[in-house]
Amino acid sequence: MLETPPPSAAGPSPALSCVHLCMGYGVRRVLDDISLEFSAGTWSAVVGPNGCGKSTLLRALAGLRRPLSGSIVLQGRELSLWSRRERARRLAWLAQDSTGTDLTGVEVVGLGRFAHGGWLGARQGTDDAAIRHAMRATGSLASAQRRVSTLSGGERQRVYLARALAVEAPVLLLDEPTTHLDPPHQEDVIRLLRDQAHGCRVCVVSAIHDLSLALAADRLIVMGRSGLIGHGTVAETLAGDWLSAAFETPIHVVDDNGTRLWRPSLQPA
Amino acid sequence: MSAPRAEMVLGVDTSLGTPTRLALWLTGCLALTVLLTVGSLFTGTSSIATSWHWLLAPDAQSSLVLWQIRLPRTLGAWCVGALLGLCGATAQGLFRNPLAEPYLLGTASGAALGVAISLIAVDSTIVELAWAGKLGMTCAACIGAGAATALTIALSRGVLQTTSLLLAGIVVASVLGAATSLILLTKPEIFRAMQTFLLGSTAFLSWASVGWVGGVLCLCLVPAIGLSRGLDALTLGEDTAQSLGLSLPLIRIALLGMMSLGTATTVGQVGIVMFVGLMAPHLVRETLAVNHRQLLVAAPLCGGALLQAADLLSRWIVRPAELPVGAVTALVGGAYLVFSLWRRNRDA
Repeated sequence: MLETPPPSAAGPSPALSCVHLCMGYGVRRVLDDISLEFSAGTWSAVVGPNGCGKSTLLRALAGLRRPLSGSIVLQGRELSLWSRRERARRLAWLAQDSTGTDLTGVEVVGLGRFAHGGWLGARQGTDDAAIRHAMRATGSLASAQRRVSTLSGGERQRVYLARALAVEAPVLLLDEPTTHLDPPHQEDVIRLLRDQAHGCRVCVVSAIHDLSLALAADRLIVMGRSGLIGHGTVAETLAGDWLSAAFETPIHVVDDNGTRLWRPSLQPA
Repeated sequence: MSAPRAEMVLGVDTSLGTPTRLALWLTGCLALTVLLTVGSLFTGTSSIATSWHWLLAPDAQSSLVLWQIRLPRTLGAWCVGALLGLCGATAQGLFRNPLAEPYLLGTASGAALGVAISLIAVDSTIVELAWAGKLGMTCAACIGAGAATALTIALSRGVLQTTSLLLAGIVVASVLGAATSLILLTKPEIFRAMQTFLLGSTAFLSWASVGWVGGVLCLCLVPAIGLSRGLDALTLGEDTAQSLGLSLPLIRIALLGMMSLGTATTVGQVGIVMFVGLMAPHLVRETLAVNHRQLLVAAPLCGGALLQAADLLSRWIVRPAELPVGAVTALVGGAYLVFSLWRRNRDA
């Protein structure tokens, strides 16, 4: 198997990209002709109204749903050509609504090493290190020996986040990682995603509902009901007023000493 | 991120949450099995005093009763119960549904139909069958169960959708059940034998059954334990499990195959015994926090002890006569489910 992607002629190749991607359920087309590139060391946030296909995009990129047409390339190689285990080591995905489980926290995080271990899942020293590191980074060590079904929503979400981090994949896809979290822990997650992208050179793609949090990302993928509105830096997004176009209503963003924040309009419409 | 407050909890062995508790639990189960085995040596048509006398001063007839009838019967019951417990735990993990049970995919109805057809073919009653006949009946049950599972999978168009698999299982079970009833209507001479089979009976277990069921139990444990981490991954949802590198078709085919072999074997030996496969994994989960590797070891031990106890009860309640063991497990299991439901409602 080819471990390293062939060097591309035009600069460094993106960690993950899709070309002319179309996705749908039955006759309903959810994504139509989407082409995107995500590079290592960048945190991209996918924003858009409910039902615009954010989750569908992330599922397609994770290889969980077969596209109707178009191609997805992971580290220079067609996604479907990677073997299951190879893909699972290179690409971690975090579900939006995670189910409860009777497993303990550390067992759930340990499942992040599923594709790394041997047949019977014998855990190695590197696995233990990855698990411990991921749990420390997400502040979920206190949940290690507790059943996940008995944890609060926030504690549970942090365990699942640790599970995704424990894969140590170069590409991290997260569907609403800040749901169920109170504001300080949302901050932690945002810092964590940034740190993964900038510090660990991971390609982070996350759907984020909270616009103020999404505006902290490096790049934004703005999706509307009619399709992709734009893909670019936060400055480009604001300059083009993509957010208002996506949500079909004026979106006000204020600049607070370099930090962009969404300001809800409380005037009656 | 917040400071690590509980660094110590990640000790050397983090996979076994409470190893001492699990060890205690398993030891308890084994001790119970030994007790029940000894107890069943003393239970039968003769009184306990007679049995005691037989043990102390054995003659040809008494050793036949003790070592060729009572001992293989109780050990066979253990093996069947263990296999049902294993299949039940696997089904609940695979379908991510605590109400799943081994007979779910129409396996039991398929096996019953197979046995009905084979009974017509050999034109005999269960009591008259020699061990070769028993083996033939087990094979017929296996073929019936396998065909039913294949039919279920074909009806649900593959193994990709859990819900359609379950629905197809219900359809197959009722259609094959109707077919069996029709056969019984047209061939009343096999009715008694079939009744024994449908009610479940441990009375015909021999050393051959012990070897047969025990062998299948060992065989079934291999894929179950091997894929236990996959079952753990499945508890996080099918998409997450897939993203972790689990092949859903592979785990489904392997475990469905294992379940139909295991269930068919038990059905061929003792007929249909309700609730053991459902109850054993429940009892384990309610008393122990377990992952699937631990569950798939503990549930068979629990199921084995359960069926042994039911077998003992079936011989003791109306002694010197006996009840069908399936009726005992249905009564006890039903009572347990009602109790469990009541407790859940009270706690909620």
